[in-house]
Amino acid sequence: MLRYLLGRFTSLGLSLLVASLVIFAVIEVIPGDPAAFMLGLNATDETVANLRAELGLDGSVVSRYFDWIGGMLTGDFGTSYTYRVPVAELVVDRMWVSLPLALYALILSTVVAFPLGVIAASMRGTAAEVGIMGLTQLGLAVPNFWFGMLLVLVFAVSLQWVSAGGFAGWDDPWAAIVSLTLPAISLAVPQAAILARVMRSALVETLGQDYIRTARAKGLTRRQAVLRHALRNALIPVLTILALQFSFLLAGSIVIENVFFLPGIGRLLFQGITQRDLIVVESVTMLLVVAVIAITFLADIAYVIADPRLRRR
Amino acid sequence: MRRLPLSLIVGAVLSSIFLIAAGLSLLWTPHDVTALDISARFQPPSPEYLLGTDQFGRDILSMLMVGARTSIAVALVAVAIGMALGVPLGLAAAARRGQLLDEIVGRGNDIVFAFPFLVTAILISAVFGPSATNAIIAFGIFNVPVFARVTRSAALPIWTLDYILAARTAGKGQVRISLEHILPNILNVLIVQASIQFSLGIPVEAALSFVGLGAQPPLPSWGRMLADAQTMIYTNPRLALLPGLAIVTMVLGLNLMGDGLRDVLDPRLRRLRA
Repeated sequence: MLRYLLGRFTSLGLSLLVASLVIFAVIEVIPGDPAAFMLGLNATDETVANLRAELGLDGSVVSRYFDWIGGMLTGDFGTSYTYRVPVAELVVDRMWVSLPLALYALILSTVVAFPLGVIAASMRGTAAEVGIMGLTQLGLAVPNFWFGMLLVLVFAVSLQWVSAGGFAGWDDPWAAIVSLTLPAISLAVPQAAILARVMRSALVETLGQDYIRTARAKGLTRRQAVLRHALRNALIPVLTILALQFSFLLAGSIVIENVFFLPGIGRLLFQGITQRDLIVVESVTMLLVVAVIAITFLADIAYVIADPRLRRR
Repeated sequence: MRRLPLSLIVGAVLSSIFLIAAGLSLLWTPHDVTALDISARFQPPSPEYLLGTDQFGRDILSMLMVGARTSIAVALVAVAIGMALGVPLGLAAAARRGQLLDEIVGRGNDIVFAFPFLVTAILISAVFGPSATNAIIAFGIFNVPVFARVTRSAALPIWTLDYILAARTAGKGQVRISLEHILPNILNVLIVQASIQFSLGIPVEAALSFVGLGAQPPLPSWGRMLADAQTMIYTNPRLALLPGLAIVTMVLGLNLMGDGLRDVLDPRLRRLRA
């Protein structure tokens, strides 16, 4: 186990290193002079020179890379050129929208998908299975941002139960949760469809195993066999998908935040692009990639705990 | 001949509607999508404008037809990029199983997977500006590790078969074996994966264009139509429905077709079902 962990940690470090090099190269090396790029064509030489000094662009590429990484490691993500505040502050503010949204969606999709998957697997060949599978096909085909627009059409435009977008802030937790509900549902729908399908096929596979027959032979009912034995073993592929889904949720929330005008990480990134605030784009992208790599890493460790056979891989 | 699965037939019919519409739009559309006619804006469906008009008086049906072409072109080219780079990498990794090259390809895949495709698209447009090409490159990069992994895992079991051993004894090199024996045997798997990635590409293009990172005006795209509709959702909710329905129908068709194709082409699954 220790050797396995050591190997995983090495590859974690390596992935982070390469990812940071890629982001740094795209943002700071490809545009040539980031300061001139950020200021646009009308900038005078003097303002460009001032910005270069401010951003610390006068050093060599290598020293700039280490400055950036060193800063990221110590919580200094640079200063936003347009907002004139530390990027770390912006990120923390926006995190209070994006992270609860992703979690909310993850919980919704799991709560819906698990029972659907279990029902479809344990009632094979019935109308219930056909109905659930048809529903998941539809769920897979609906783009989440369009589903969000439909929700707005129904609940904000027609019924006028909620406002079409915006975020109320956490001062009033109930209002905050209400304003995150439609976005979370839109994010959750396609994920729930995928999860339910994976859950079903994993469970169908484990239900065909000999030990399930043994469990049934020693007198367990079908329900007991599913709950006590099959579910636990079916969870391994489901865990894989959950980890993958987190990265889809992060990416998806970038789009969904635009549909519902939520002040989250995604909108921060977009503003960074439209205002050519490369510092914001660079640091926020790196943080997102770190989050994805870290989650995948944790999921890898989680399966090894769930299934010791995988350690020898 | 065995009966074709129902999903393949239904899926093929649904997706060909859009393929035909997209192809037809190259030669003819009911109205010109670049011509603006403010006097005819927000028209309800009528014999002249079958699906009505948008805020600039453009014909929605014509916009949807050209939008289908944009989606299909983006998804198709991105899949082609993914296959052109991913399949050779996967073949090479399988041929050198457990060696340095295999390890490098595997780690490279992990790193590309760490970049959600939207983040890739954002990085590209931060520096090069948004465009449909940007959408193609971002989704193309995302497709490379997908094809590399599928190719490698499909090729590995074939390398252990006797006829590969025979080919090696006959003096064939790894490249020749990969191309002459491995590739034809994994083509089924690759076709199925290509159909899956293609159907993923349709909503990806729409999402990127929706947030302004994909197709730019005046090029019509389903995602851009939805983005425009969003700003008028209180006054003209009708505009938000059709492009979304088009996406759903096309993706549903492609997914069903992919499922059907897998049933027909993937012998492993066929055996499992029997």
